[in-house]
Amino acid sequence: MGRKILFVTTDQQRYDTLGCNGGTIARTPVIDALAAEGIRYERAVPQSVVCMPSRSTIITGQYPSTHGVWMNGVPLPVDAPSVADELQRNGYRTALIGKAHFEPFMDPFGRFTENLLARSGAPTAMHRDAADGTMHPHRGFDHLEFATHGAAGMLHYAQWLMTNHPEAIGMYYSAIDASFNVNAAGGGATGAAQVHDNAIPREWYHTDWVADRTIAWLDSVADGDDWFCWMSFPDPHHPWDPPSSELGRVDWRDVPLPSGYPEDRATREQILDRKPRHWRLWYDGTLVSNYEAPKEWIPATLTADQVREVNARNAIECELIDEALGRVLAAIARRGWGDGVDVVFTTDHGELQGDFGLMFKGPYHVDGLMRLPLVWRPAPSARVAPAVVTKPVGLVDLAPTFATIAGLAPREWMQGKPLPGDDGDADARGFERVLTEWDSELFGVAVHLRTITRTGWVCTAYRPGYVHDGTEGELYNNADDPLQRENLWDDPAYSAIRRDLVADLWDHQPQLHVPKLAVEAPV
Amino acid sequence: MGTVRREVIIERSADDVWARVGDPATTNTWFPGMVDVKVEGKIRTITTAAGLTLPEEIVTLDPILRRFQYRVTAPILRNHLGTIDVFDLGADRSLVSYSTDCEPDAMALIIGGAAGGALAELRHQLEASGEEH
Repeated sequence: MGRKILFVTTDQQRYDTLGCNGGTIARTPVIDALAAEGIRYERAVPQSVVCMPSRSTIITGQYPSTHGVWMNGVPLPVDAPSVADELQRNGYRTALIGKAHFEPFMDPFGRFTENLLARSGAPTAMHRDAADGTMHPHRGFDHLEFATHGAAGMLHYAQWLMTNHPEAIGMYYSAIDASFNVNAAGGGATGAAQVHDNAIPREWYHTDWVADRTIAWLDSVADGDDWFCWMSFPDPHHPWDPPSSELGRVDWRDVPLPSGYPEDRATREQILDRKPRHWRLWYDGTLVSNYEAPKEWIPATLTADQVREVNARNAIECELIDEALGRVLAAIARRGWGDGVDVVFTTDHGELQGDFGLMFKGPYHVDGLMRLPLVWRPAPSARVAPAVVTKPVGLVDLAPTFATIAGLAPREWMQGKPLPGDDGDADARGFERVLTEWDSELFGVAVHLRTITRTGWVCTAYRPGYVHDGTEGELYNNADDPLQRENLWDDPAYSAIRRDLVADLWDHQPQLHVPKLAVEAPV
Repeated sequence: MGTVRREVIIERSADDVWARVGDPATTNTWFPGMVDVKVEGKIRTITTAAGLTLPEEIVTLDPILRRFQYRVTAPILRNHLGTIDVFDLGADRSLVSYSTDCEPDAMALIIGGAAGGALAELRHQLEASGEEH
């Protein structure tokens, strides 16, 4: 019998939203306890700052350039490598419950397996392995139950709500507007975009549904089975519409402004003007270069109170996740599995959440989007000493970590390395750099970024695009400038470190997926 | 207006390709996700695998130009024009272009994505049937 794996992801959660990472708004005692018992990573970096490419990196252990999901709306090929498939072929029972998003949500033609599975009610779909002709479940999962941010669409949670509590469907915020763009409509007390008062009872909310369905699946597993369960919460991704019954947890009026939000407008704009052009163009509402932010929302209109209210609601959603995870861990303990279960907690990417006067996400490779919460609590039976790892690691390292936990050698297609147990281990195994990519092409507007994170530094080189000529870049000294306000790219005093980082960046670019995959939907 | 263009080269003559593309009543045989088609005069109604029924107007069906244009008239779209062109590249080779112009913009990506899947399936079917001959 091997070690069982509970893999917990959230969506769009910042590093600083957890108590164990210094967060002070949300109470996250369950995750904090896992961090205290396990390994907490202080510089965990995604390989993309949007969902589909990042989640594809998690499951394949490959960079976006290699797995081919180069922007949202590009489906991960059904035959892409999958760590879940590795585990399933080696005797693990496997499940993914919650948000998958390897395939587009917007699917009126019913072309994608995730959506079709939800319609059919089948626990998985079987595909033939082209190499050996054997049949295997979709992406290696025996059991799939999907949810996303609310009740729209055709996924399992929406269908469950429609069947059991149809009156709750309309209580959620509509994340997409009538033009099929990300909704800019505001709500709450401050009118902040994507904030909404949701009358849904807490027990019907998707966070609790994901935990309930996870517990139900665990109940179906035999005591002696090895299992890998990816429990994937859709929150705290916008819309920020937690159940209204929970709003008393955090009064937005009491929430301090985040350190990344320069309240003075002139200061904010000076900071933005030292970054490549698309930063300020977006802020002013002149250019929305990507689909993931509301097209009709102008960041310059964001108020300090709106930042407070968004942060308050985000914190409430983080608390609900923490409590839901606590329920699942209690269920695991009741099964007598507690000593043999590894728990890994992370997210797919961050959220700007007021930094620089911006919200949501896009081609902006700074800590708000790139510094992620990551906690690995190894199975107590493995007797791994608690540690804090400061060296850079990536979500690309998760797949080989899961393989190693299961006693399997990481496969040759995995581009990361098993996560280090401490900084000494990280040094010994060469955890020196992590790369992040951004590519988007939306109705003629192209943005292409390549970023390297090394201890103390974040450096982004721009390739030619709609408003970039390929000479632009960003260079931040994280030690001296943790808020990444001073772009040192053009500062002659830093030209040597810039040259070194850029050379390192281009020397380590991953292989390209050929042919380039097509965008099939906005998201 | 969102505009998306997808194209494919098919190793079959333009006449062979047009024989499939130019029959709006059988588009569902090569368009994944389109499960049913009904044509009455200039009106075509399609049903998708997700259960959506979309009324369409046939705008152009020109066998000389080898162009088929249609407009989805469902109210969720403010404006739409789908254009499929078949170009003769000679030597039993064709280029098929499928353009989607649409408001709201985002829907162009969705319809255009499905159109790309359709072109891939059209090539697969035609080239497979070509091998049989």
